Amino acid sequence: MKKSFKRKAISLLTTALLLGSLAGCGNGETSTEDGGTNTATSGETIKIGLNMELSGDTASYGSNARDGAMLAINELNAAGGVLGMQIEPIERDNKSDAAEAATLSAALIGEEIAVQVGPLTSGCVNASIPVLSEAGIPIVAPAATAANITVDPDTNEVRPYVFRVCFIDPFQGTLMAQFALDSGYTTAAIYKDTSSDYSQGLAESFKTTFEAGGGTIVAEEGFTSGDRDFRATLNKIKGTNPEFLYVPGYYQEVAPLIKQAREAGITIPMGGGDGWDSPDTLSVAGADALNNCFFTNHYSSEDADEKVVAFVTAYKAAYNDKTPDAFAALGYDAIMAVASAIESAGSADPQAITDALASLTDFEGVTGTMTMDEQHNPIKAGVIIEYVDGAQVMNTRIEP
Amino acid sequence: MLNFIQQLINGLSLGAIYALIALGYTMVYGIIKLINFAHGDIMMVGAYVGFFSITLLGTNVWVAMLFAMLTCAVLGIIIEKVAYKPLRNSTRIAALITAIGVSFFLEYIMVFLLGATQRVYPADAFPTQTYHFSGLLMTNKDIFVIASAVFLMIILQLFIKKTRTGKAMRAVSLDQDAASLMGINVNHIISVTFAIGSALAAAAGVMYGVFYGTINPLMGMVPGIKAFVAAVLGGIGIIPGAMAGGFLLGILETMVSGYGNSLFRDAAAYGVLILILLIKPTGLFGEKSGEKI
Repeated sequence: MKKSFKRKAISLLTTALLLGSLAGCGNGETSTEDGGTNTATSGETIKIGLNMELSGDTASYGSNARDGAMLAINELNAAGGVLGMQIEPIERDNKSDAAEAATLSAALIGEEIAVQVGPLTSGCVNASIPVLSEAGIPIVAPAATAANITVDPDTNEVRPYVFRVCFIDPFQGTLMAQFALDSGYTTAAIYKDTSSDYSQGLAESFKTTFEAGGGTIVAEEGFTSGDRDFRATLNKIKGTNPEFLYVPGYYQEVAPLIKQAREAGITIPMGGGDGWDSPDTLSVAGADALNNCFFTNHYSSEDADEKVVAFVTAYKAAYNDKTPDAFAALGYDAIMAVASAIESAGSADPQAITDALASLTDFEGVTGTMTMDEQHNPIKAGVIIEYVDGAQVMNTRIEP
Repeated sequence: MLNFIQQLINGLSLGAIYALIALGYTMVYGIIKLINFAHGDIMMVGAYVGFFSITLLGTNVWVAMLFAMLTCAVLGIIIEKVAYKPLRNSTRIAALITAIGVSFFLEYIMVFLLGATQRVYPADAFPTQTYHFSGLLMTNKDIFVIASAVFLMIILQLFIKKTRTGKAMRAVSLDQDAASLMGINVNHIISVTFAIGSALAAAAGVMYGVFYGTINPLMGMVPGIKAFVAAVLGGIGIIPGAMAGGFLLGILETMVSGYGNSLFRDAAAYGVLILILLIKPTGLFGEKSGEKI
């Protein structure tokens, strides 16, 4: 008897604790909402759902994008809101889980959001799409770069309610080819990861653009993810004497590859995509090997463009001098693009926002001026980042 | 021609790592007729022990390698006692499946303990130097890997040919029951075999880390399978065969990438396995006997 009472007491206590922690969460959310400079006077607000990865594997993407988005919302609200209405962010954590992201989207629809911004990863965005499209609520993905986000892979039809403010993966190949041509190189070799769609896509668009610009691809070789020994193929590539080596891949393979290329006496410039962007690239390859290496990215905090400078300054002021990364910039741009769509539509109705987003033209974002194409992918600039003695330095901004 | 020799050097240093792992496969097979599929993962554990020895204890690469070899020798003995010994009289397939189980256990216990992300081997523990010989490039790492592999192989060969324990190992490999009747402690010899094989794998693990710069809990899988191919190529159970098989496989892979298509590299490696099993199942160094798999 005593024992079972004890058990009951424990289970009651646990329940109480759980409820307490849940209440704690709730409080946390309201406090962030109130964190904005709330100068709302009229009762009407525009609700924007922020469905983001605030915990879990990709928590750093989500929290940085959330910070960028909140900065944009605070700036808009401080300037009197959009169409005279204040923006009310409803922030939810999808725990980097696709199923959770879908559930949260359903809940956000219940809260009568006009548009959802986020999630960050393509997998979570894909899971959110059906429920939002069903309800006719537009979704703006800040950083989902997979090609099949805005286009249904089964029917090849554009998804009417899905938009993004980042360029898609293969576009990086176009940017790097443009950069190589602008730098005066006429021959290039490609060494790609044949086991990754990302790498294949980048290589394909690099080749197309480079050849269209009058360049010649002298060698096209492949590796598979998990490979660590690239010396044999590098020696083969060296024999074809290219002026530029394009290595679209992820840092796990690219870092040892660059190191081995330099050790094999390949001194030509090498280029790649944002898959290079990791601290491990530097620690594995070393600063010397990385000199004369370039990769494409969405944005650089060192860009001298006045919009970027203003954004970086405001972000640092708001968040303890933290430097905003690409996710923060894209989160900011996603909110600003939505605001611009609402203004041009003259209404915060979800359908009106959708139509305005589809015809978004020359929207000036931090990550470049964007025009939505018919597949809901923005045509926009990218930046070339160069490694100089181990530091990532903004080299140039490439306009398509 | 110059390019060919360059590729040969590349192939030798790749093959040296395969050969060291292949030795462990072949020794264990020679003694208890078990394909120890956990062997590649012991190499991974060795790489991690070396990593922590360098980063946490601040030792140099040589001490780290010694440390990794000792730890893995003990690990090898424990694995044999816990996982394989109880199954010694069961079917060979039972032991083989257990070995695969041990392999997954080692991989995912490391994922659990240390996370699945890769770790960067400290570059300053072994700074790269490049030497030029009339157009040929060779790094001190190539020399390090090839020289240590050859050195360890010579030691092993001397141990097996010249010492009493080595003689006992050969006896057990020939006939366990007869060896036992001659007063050889078979359990002891099996433990020694696992210890030596695992120590060699650990050395290969540290070399891999130094050579390629990163390690992760699943790194042992592919080199493990390639080393198995190397062991079969040379003739499984035959120690000089494993060495030759390792070097040959390394050179073959390099030549396929360098002169053929880089995408056919793995296909060539596994193609060789199929070919050798079809044409000469006992391996290049094997004697004619219908019994071996």
